[in-house]
Amino acid sequence: MSKTYFLKSHEYARVEGNIAYIGISKFAAEQLGNVVYVDMPEVDDKVEAGEEFGAIESVKAASDLFSPVSGVVVEVNEDLVDNPRLINEDPETNWIIKVEMSDPAQLDDLLSPEAYAEVCAAEKH
Amino acid sequence: MNRQLYEKLIFDYSRPGRRGFYFAEGDAPMPQLPENLLRQTPAELPEVDEPTVVRHYNNQSTNNFGVDTGFYPLGSCTMKYNPKVNDLLASDPGFAAIHPKQPAATMQGALQLYYELQQSLSEIGGMSEFTLNPYAGAHGELTGLMVIHAYHDHRGDSARTKVLVPDSAHGTNPASAAVCGYEVVEVKSLADGTVDVDDLRSKLDNTVAAMMMTNPNTVGMFEKHIPEIAEAVHAAGALLYYDGANLNPMLGVARPGDMGFDVMHINLHKTFSTPHGGGGPGAGPVGVRAGLEQFLPSPRVVKLADGSFSVDQHSATALGRISSNLGNYGVLIRAWAYILTMGCDGLAHVGPLATLNANYVMHRLKGLYLLPIPGPCKHEFVFDGLIDKSTGVTTLNVAKRLLDMGFHAPTIYFPLLFHESLMIEPTETESLDTLDTFCEAMRQIAREAAESPEVVKEAPHLTPAVRPDDTEAALHPIVTYKELCNK
Amino acid sequence: MAHRYFPHTAEDVQHMLDVCGAKSIMDLYADVPEQLRLGRNYNLPAARDEQQVRRQFAALQNTALECFAGAGAYAHFCPAVVDSIVSRSEYLTSYTPYQSEISQGTLQYIFEYQSMLAQLTAMDVCNASMYDGATASAEAIIMAVNATRKRRRALVSATLNPDVIDVMRTYARYHRIDLDLIPEADGVTDLVAMEQLLQKGDVAAVVLPQPNYYGIVEDLSGVADKVHAAKALLVINSPASPLAVIRPAGKWGADIAVGDAQSLGMPLCVGGPYLGYMCCTKALMRKIPGRIVGATTDKNGQRTFVLTLQAREQHIRREKATSNICSNQGVMTLRAAIYLSLLGNEGLRQVNAISADKAHRLAAALVATGKARLAFPDKPFLHEFAIDLQGVSAQQLIDALVAKGILAGVAIADNRLLVAATECCSEEAIQTYVSTLENL
Repeated sequence: MSKTYFLKSHEYARVEGNIAYIGISKFAAEQLGNVVYVDMPEVDDKVEAGEEFGAIESVKAASDLFSPVSGVVVEVNEDLVDNPRLINEDPETNWIIKVEMSDPAQLDDLLSPEAYAEVCAAEKH
Repeated sequence: MNRQLYEKLIFDYSRPGRRGFYFAEGDAPMPQLPENLLRQTPAELPEVDEPTVVRHYNNQSTNNFGVDTGFYPLGSCTMKYNPKVNDLLASDPGFAAIHPKQPAATMQGALQLYYELQQSLSEIGGMSEFTLNPYAGAHGELTGLMVIHAYHDHRGDSARTKVLVPDSAHGTNPASAAVCGYEVVEVKSLADGTVDVDDLRSKLDNTVAAMMMTNPNTVGMFEKHIPEIAEAVHAAGALLYYDGANLNPMLGVARPGDMGFDVMHINLHKTFSTPHGGGGPGAGPVGVRAGLEQFLPSPRVVKLADGSFSVDQHSATALGRISSNLGNYGVLIRAWAYILTMGCDGLAHVGPLATLNANYVMHRLKGLYLLPIPGPCKHEFVFDGLIDKSTGVTTLNVAKRLLDMGFHAPTIYFPLLFHESLMIEPTETESLDTLDTFCEAMRQIAREAAESPEVVKEAPHLTPAVRPDDTEAALHPIVTYKELCNK
Repeated sequence: MAHRYFPHTAEDVQHMLDVCGAKSIMDLYADVPEQLRLGRNYNLPAARDEQQVRRQFAALQNTALECFAGAGAYAHFCPAVVDSIVSRSEYLTSYTPYQSEISQGTLQYIFEYQSMLAQLTAMDVCNASMYDGATASAEAIIMAVNATRKRRRALVSATLNPDVIDVMRTYARYHRIDLDLIPEADGVTDLVAMEQLLQKGDVAAVVLPQPNYYGIVEDLSGVADKVHAAKALLVINSPASPLAVIRPAGKWGADIAVGDAQSLGMPLCVGGPYLGYMCCTKALMRKIPGRIVGATTDKNGQRTFVLTLQAREQHIRREKATSNICSNQGVMTLRAAIYLSLLGNEGLRQVNAISADKAHRLAAALVATGKARLAFPDKPFLHEFAIDLQGVSAQQLIDALVAKGILAGVAIADNRLLVAATECCSEEAIQTYVSTLENL
């Protein structure tokens, strides 16, 4: 069983037990266009909730990536190194980093899928 | 151009044994250096003869568009005519052979030129003194912010960690502030593109080091509340920085110093007619109001009591060095020649004619292109794409179609205030005939968008290259000939 | 308002005002508050015609000297082809090549320049250039800080050109990077001291010169391993021309190579415009500041060049950009590309061999006068060296040679002179140099 949470800045955390898979939402991937590069941290790096952990670039835009949760990076998605476009194909399957959470209570501060959908709807205008 | 012969890279002509240059005196013995300090494998540079080099680069130049090729209405870039006499004077051996560390007595002319240009820019900017050392506009911004930092440090005020920047600002403003170690805080714009003074006031306090602005701003509007803004910024103990990117329409009309700005830079490659050179070298002199001169970077050219000139390499209160020498000196020569040629009477008309040209084009086209901020504008204005959005023709399409018609494109998708920004700056050196022909081209594109939108959407059709694959370039970067060969 | 750069006739202006619905041009400035208007002409001389301007320039007095000065700027010979081509206004009067379809000329020569500098430095990647060698070095430190995440210390060799160190210090101070000098030992970087400084554990970059300020080619064997073991990046600063003959940055294991490429066909011109180059390893490519040109194909499958990796740059990333730089040295990179095309590796090797031969002969003759000795007699050098004068000050020698049309060098202490020779130095000047010292 997994449950997905969102940040206003369009990152998601798909949570399975104590592990969060972090990536960007479908909405964000569409806005960005063809992804050409993902700047990722290294395994064992610490990430903090609300803090930057990397960046994602398309030809004409770039955004910082913010972590929805705090913890330690246990895996980075190596497939994205050679094929960053996987994010455009399916941003939800193609997570960016896998984090072992240090404070699962932080999840309460994140947006539900429904609340996040409202954020996206508002941004479209 | 014969494409089969000349659509190549210089490396493609390389054959072992070809020489484009040699020394009649022949070789000389290399000094005895330990083996591990010497290069073991030669650099793979082209081996080509002189005629081939000349044809190659001359043919390649025809794939380029310059101000001397045609109209270049690139917003915020001030692509005015680059006078030829300036280039001639800049290549004079009287300057070209002067080493930067020569004794001052042997380069009095060069130092005099620096000093007099510095004085002239001070008069034009309404400032007390300029340094001509910064190499470019962005370098000027950084230098200006360092001056501001040095000023606050000198007063022992270390709490100021922020720089305010309007949301309409050029990207260099926030980037320069960040390189200077400042946190960037955006100030909102009102619907007419000018700074929201209330928003500014709410963000001003004793943590703000400076506010950076252009005036007119990036939508071509004069910031008429500038006296009020200057007062508020100064009341908070901060300084007001003038980004000279849009100085051209103010020439002959008003001076940043009189508007209340404390520190400014000027882009000599915009307002003072020096060529952009496909990206540089430019020059970004920085001026300061009285009281801030001591913080300008080293080296400084000074005039001695006997009327001679000297170079002060290290003044004690200066912020330090931001360049090896006295800046892009060759660019300074051109700007000085421009000022002498224009004179005070010529300079007085530069701003007004640039503004007239921009307003004329705006009026001729506003029936077909969406004008979000009605004029009068200054040197430039912004359309938010075509009025008729139903055709699906975007600003990018319009820009690319203009290339087919022998014009350079306007600046597109900047400022970020509008989705379809198309920013036009004609400059004062364009004739009515050119402007009319350009307006007719823009009207034709609007007609095409309505009648046969595919023609516009698939543009350009007639350029040396057609819609390059930018995504592939960024996804799998190939940035050297070697990588190209290994592909 | 008739002026040769204004095409407007009085009728044109009237017609345009009518279209704008304005009575006078100043109506278009109605939003500029009265008290801000200048209301007078600038206090500058009136317009001059072209002859007058040229006469005024001709009156500026400069003395061209046969040049034995270096210290970062070298009087190498430049073939006429270079000036001829760079004067083409399709190159000179174009803007940054954002519209790639009509900028292939600029984009291609930048690509060629990048390829040539990557070859010279033996690095993977080169950007479209920086302002000068000093700012390139300062930006290299910032780049290293960004690449090593949270490390904010740079170690800089004291044998680097002091002007370059000054520029790095200025940038570092405001960017909140701690800059420590690695002391000098007998004219070269004290590598033992470097290792001790690396122990601080927070070093992002180690910046070393090659050849150094005194013209000495330093032995950097094993340095890269030590720097990398401390998780720092190695930056090597070299003037471009000597890289044809000395072991280049890439072969010493550098992560970033920077320097001034003025020596590749640029006139001295009172100190600028010159050309800062910056190269790096493929791994650091996306951290490099400034523009980069890449190859791709267009709709018709033709090879095409574009500005690429732009998401690093200020116009997109604003305050998060890798640098605030928004230009490059444009036509100076064209100069370097043409110069290197003409000379090729063999020509550039010859330039260095002839220059070094002249420098070594001059150095030996100066020492033979008994009034000078090499400041660092055991150290290898190419075409630049430091001498210590005996019984005469550096300034006295400079003044005596200026009187004979020769620039003796750059005084770097009361009795220490930095001297450089190039292929342009005549045998007569070398003899005059030596005899002048002899007779002082």
